[in-house]
Formats: sequence, C-alpha cells, structure tokens
Amino acid sequence: MLSRTANNLYWLSRYMERAENFARILEVADRMSMMPGAASDAQQSEWWSTLMTSGCAEAFEESGLRVEGPMVTEFLARNPENPSSIYSSIRQARENGRAVRTSLTMEMWECLNDTWLSFDQRWTDARRYGELRSFLDWIKERSTVFRGGLYGTMLRDDAFDFARLGTYVERADNTARILDVKYHVLLPEGEEVGGGVDYFQWTSLLRAFSALGSYHYLYRENPKPWKIAELMILRREMPRSLIGCYQQTVSHLDRLAEAYGSRHECHRIAGQVYSQLQFADANDIFQSGLHEFLSDFIVRNNRLGNEVARSYMFLG
Amino acid sequence: MVLAKAFDEMTLAGGACRDAYKGLSQWLQWTPTDFLRMKRQEADVLFRRLGITFAVYGEGGDPERLIPFDIIPRVLSAPEWQRMEDGLRQRVKALNMFLNDVYHDQEILKAGIIPEKLVLNNSSYLPEMQGVDVPGNVYSHIAGIDMVRVGEDDFYVLEDNCRTPSGVSYMLENREVMMRLFPALFAEHRIAPVDSYGDALLDTLKECAPPKTTGDPTVVVLTPGIYNSAYFEHSFLADQMGVELVEGPDLFVDDGKVFMRTTQGPQKVDVIYRRIDDTFLDPLTFDPNSVLGVPGIMNAYRSGQVTLANAVGAGIADDKAIYTYVPDMIKFYLGEEPILKNVPTYKCGEADDLAYVLDNLAELVVKEVHGSGGYGMLVGPAASKQEREDYAERLKAAPDEFIAQPTLALSTCPTFVESGVAPRHVDFRPFVLSGKDIRMVKGGLTRVALRDGSLVVNSSQGGGTKDTWVLEE
Repeated sequence: MLSRTANNLYWLSRYMERAENFARILEVADRMSMMPGAASDAQQSEWWSTLMTSGCAEAFEESGLRVEGPMVTEFLARNPENPSSIYSSIRQARENGRAVRTSLTMEMWECLNDTWLSFDQRWTDARRYGELRSFLDWIKERSTVFRGGLYGTMLRDDAFDFARLGTYVERADNTARILDVKYHVLLPEGEEVGGGVDYFQWTSLLRAFSALGSYHYLYRENPKPWKIAELMILRREMPRSLIGCYQQTVSHLDRLAEAYGSRHECHRIAGQVYSQLQFADANDIFQSGLHEFLSDFIVRNNRLGNEVARSYMFLG
Repeated sequence: MVLAKAFDEMTLAGGACRDAYKGLSQWLQWTPTDFLRMKRQEADVLFRRLGITFAVYGEGGDPERLIPFDIIPRVLSAPEWQRMEDGLRQRVKALNMFLNDVYHDQEILKAGIIPEKLVLNNSSYLPEMQGVDVPGNVYSHIAGIDMVRVGEDDFYVLEDNCRTPSGVSYMLENREVMMRLFPALFAEHRIAPVDSYGDALLDTLKECAPPKTTGDPTVVVLTPGIYNSAYFEHSFLADQMGVELVEGPDLFVDDGKVFMRTTQGPQKVDVIYRRIDDTFLDPLTFDPNSVLGVPGIMNAYRSGQVTLANAVGAGIADDKAIYTYVPDMIKFYLGEEPILKNVPTYKCGEADDLAYVLDNLAELVVKEVHGSGGYGMLVGPAASKQEREDYAERLKAAPDEFIAQPTLALSTCPTFVESGVAPRHVDFRPFVLSGKDIRMVKGGLTRVALRDGSLVVNSSQGGGTKDTWVLEE
C-alpha cells in the first residue's frame, strides 16, 4: 500500500483515540468540579492537572487564559487553535480519512464524516443546556462506533494493522500520562504513595480509564494506588493497560513483518518494551520510582511511533 | 429574455406528453409535493453523509458544498441516445486523430483545413509533445462532450472537453441515490444501467499501458489532493477501479521510470490517470513552482516508460478556437459527414465576425477562448447594457481571445424547485472512453440551471445535477 495511506490511517486512528481520551479526561474533571465544598485552590489544581494530563498545559499558558473550568473545557474540547483539542482531533481524523477514503469502508467513513458534520451542533447544544457530559458521552460513543465499524468491516490486511497501531501507540501514551500526572497531583508532598488519598479521586482516575468496574471485579476491594497502577500497567486483561497496548502493538507489527517479509527497528523496540512489561513487578516499579518508570515508557513509546514512520512511511 | 419558446423534453407545446416521459409524467401527477420535498431532503442527507461534495474556496462559508441534486430524472429514448452515441464516437475518434496528427505530421495543417497559426501559436499546443508517440495513438482517453438540445431532433455539441473532464462521479452517484429513493420508478421503467463505468475506465487505461509493460499494468489515479474541488471524484474513481489514489509526492522518477512509495518500498507505475493540469505535472518541464507534480515525469513519459491519461497537450483539441473546425476534422480524417452539429460560432479574431458580434451582443453568448467553468462569459440577453458595454471593450482589446455563439434556447426538463415542479434549462455531458476500442455507458451528467430562466448550468454558478435515464428498447 501507499506509504502516505499507511501514514494517514495510522494518524486517523491516533486522532480518534485521542478525542476519546480527551473526553474521558474532561469527564473526570467535570465530576471533580461538582464535588461539594471543593476549595477553589483544589479546583484550580484539578483543572491544571487536567491540562497536564492532556499534554496541553504549555499551550494553555501561552494562550493567557485563566485556569478555570469553562476555559479549560473549551480549550480541550472546542478550541480550533489547540491542535490536540477534541475538535482538532475530529477534524484531522476526518481530513486523514478523506485523503484515504478508498482504504476506508463506508461504515468508517460515514462515522468520521457524520461526527465532523454534527460536531458544532452537539457542542452548541451542550453549552446551551449546560450538558457537557452528554457531549462527552457522544464523543466516546462516536469513537466506539468508529472502532466497531473498523473491526466489523475492514479487510484484515496491512491497512488494518497500521490503523490499529495508531490506536495502541496513542492509547499507551495516554494511559502512561494520566497515571504519571495523577500521582503527582494526588500525593501531597511528603506523603507516601497510598497514604491519605481521597477515595473519590482514585475512583475518578479509574473512571478516566473506564476501569472502575473492572477494578472491583478483579480486586474486590477499595481502590488503592498501587493496585490501580498494577492494573493499568501490568494487567493484560485491561484493554487500556500499558501491557495490553503493547501486546497488541507487537502482534500487529509481527503481522506486518510476516506480510512484508522483513523486520525493522520498530520491531526491536516494541519487543523490548513488551518483554520488560511482561517480567516487571509492581513493587519493583514503585521502589525504583513510578514517575521514572512512566517517563521512560513515554519516551520509548514515542520512539516506537517514530520508528514505525521511518520503517514504513518513508515520505519523500 | 427571448427564450420563452424553449423546447420542453416532457411536455410538447400543445400540452401532450412525449413518449419517453409518459411514466414519469404520470408519477409526477400522482405524487404529492410534500413527498417530493421529503425525498429531496433525504437525498441531501445521503449526499452529505457520503461526502459527495465539491469545494469552493475564497467565497467564505463552508468550502465543502453539495452540488444541488434534482430528484426528477431526465429521460432520453433509446433512438435519441443511439444517434448521440454514434455521433460522439465519431467525434472523439476524429479528435484523437487530430491530436496524433498535430503532434506528428500535421497533415491537416498542410492541407489548409485548419490555419497553422491557430494551432502552432496556441498556448494549448505543447511543442514538448511534438514527435512523441503515445500508446495506441490515444490522447484523450476520457472525453466529456457537452451537448445541448433545442428541439425534438436538434442536438448540438457545445464544447469538447479533452483534458480532464469531471462529473462522471455524479452520473454514478446520482443513479445510486435515485435507486435508493425511488425503487418503484426503476421497476416501472427499463433504464440502462451505468455502473459498469469503473470497469470500462480501468480496461481503457490498461489497454493504453506502455507496450513494454510486463504483466498486469499498475494503474493509479493522480490527484492534486483533498483541497481540489473534484477530490471526491478522484477518490471515487480510484475506488471504483480498485487502484491507488496518489498525490505528486507519492510518486518519484528513478532511472527513467516512475515509482510510487509504498510500505514495502518503491513500486513501478505504468498508467497514470492524472487529474492535474499539464502545467503542474512536472516542475522540471513546466511550472517550476508546482508542488503537485512529479519531477522528471515528463522525461519518463516521453521515453514511453509511463502512460499519462489524458495525454499531455490534449488541450489543443478542445480549445474553443479549434472547436469550429471539428466538423472539418471528421470529414478530413474519417471521410464521413458529422453526425452531431456544432453550434454556429463567430471567431472574434476575424474582422467580419467581430463586427457582427459587436453589433449583436444582446443576442449572443460570448466566451473566452481559454476560459472554462462558465467564468468570464457574457450571456448577452441576460446582461445589463453596462455589462455589455464593458464586455465590448474587452472584446475589442483582444478579439482573438473570444468566440461568440447565438444564445440557444436550451431545452427544459421538469425540475423540483421551491415553487413545485417547473421547467428548467438543462445541458448534458456524456463521457467517451478511448482505448483500443471506444467505450460508452448509456448515460451522462445532466446539469440543470436551477434559477428560473437561467441558462448557466455550471455548478460554480448555481447549477445542479439530475440523474439521466436512457431507456432501453
């Protein structure tokens, strides 16, 4: 297939995944803001952590906006100047889709196109009636429809592999960043991990991964920081865990290697990260520093993305 | 306006319904307006959802527009179609022979049939192509011939489009949408299908692969990209043929051959159905600033390593100044009488014609020789006195740049507009595919001027489209 097509499919999936993740992040922030008596300081730090999680803190600071709910929400959901906003992601996903329409099934294309065409109406309605949640639910639903269309209708060839790779690279990045940021914010200085953390905040974190129910099912106890970390890093049953993402990444890269008859640097990196996750132990990760572990992961995950591009999408 | 007596394709002057429209006419009588209105909305939703849009930039608003679609089809009887098809095959054959001739021995110029300067001094004649052999001597692989009708048996060719005629995707999608909206109507009529166009196009392109191609030729569609107004059509056609849709940067030339960049490395390309203009094709040969093209592709083309469809330089055949000579071409190359008529045309470059045109501006349509898409033309009867005077000044300044034609009373078809079903002027663009054989599907793009009395059918000027039914015997 054309390198540009592979590139477009890869990014198309990344953008859809990003839009969904932003919707989750905003949902958590929105729940937080509804907590009774939350001090304005705490509110502000919550919104700030939302910006950090989404990787948009720097851009937000440059915009000169105040760190308040409506501003942050608008910046992350609808701001066309913010290249990572849900709006920008949906726009770019559709634009990528338009450029590779021949590689998409009708279900996939119609989902992208519909979502883009209805976006402004949905957003306006949500603002008018103060129903941010229904807007966020709609975004998550659209992402689900897209994924369903992709799974249900797309030919299982290399195009499928590139599309899925985009999803997992983006998702792994997102999971790692949420964990990293939340740990910093949630832990007051000098306090141990798991020390005096607010129950509500931890459950919110799980909600951001759509993992609250799964947590209860797997652990049958109240959320504990280290268990959450274990779940989101090392439990392969969790579709959004780091190891879950890498299991899929490795499998799609292997399929490409088999189809094309050659392996590249991206295969080596993915295999390395995957085996590290396979043999890692939650206690070791905590002892050597969760933040260090996650930062290192994020760097290597980015490198994987670059190597996939270098191996398959040599664009002149 | 002087057009009250336009020929209506459904209803004759005396009120009788023409045969081909009998079924449709009855259906229109029985169908409530609200139902039609609902169906039209349904059609809009379908087109939008499928992303069948064209782009208009620089006018503000949403750049992605729908071409208005009229839900009432236009109907051609089998004999009407057959005569047109015979004429089109004849005409396109002659046009390709003309192109091969002017880029080789120029017999038609030597014979004095067409003035030499009209061809050789024409900016659409590309000296780069002189002496270059193209596979099968086919230059205009895909031709779109614009036809108008003014009476029961009066069809005229208004314009030949030999470069990169667009609109065929609307022919196909209009049919798809119509079949979804009105299945019962299709059951009642015997309508020739059009959906084999993609296969016919692919066969045509493969037949014109370079003779040295080994194995099954690799065909691609080359598009300027998603911001091009016809991008939907480019991707649609690539999809119909099951070939890659490439942009300039996807291709490169190595060792005199053209390759595309794929995830498995370079892959050789044999036939390029290119939807970008000649001048953007190769920054090394033409416009050095073009980022849409492929550096070095002209050399690969001239040395016969790759086929470009349509051929570079094909524009000389559809130049409006050459148009007047097409009937002479048919006689010269084929020794046949032209089946289709040209619209009488005044060449403003000739003193007598210019004088006549200036005296009769109010009755004429004046066009720029190199213009297209309905831009820059004057429709005399519809223009104000001031507009005519301004246009006359332009004419006098560069008479060679203009031709003029009588304002034709284009036929009308029943069309669903705000006030209900009303007659609106239409034209017609059938498509002719030339490979080893000439192929046509029975249909084409009917464009309709949606404004009451308007004769301008171009989508950029408020025109819409209709499904076109060719009835089977």
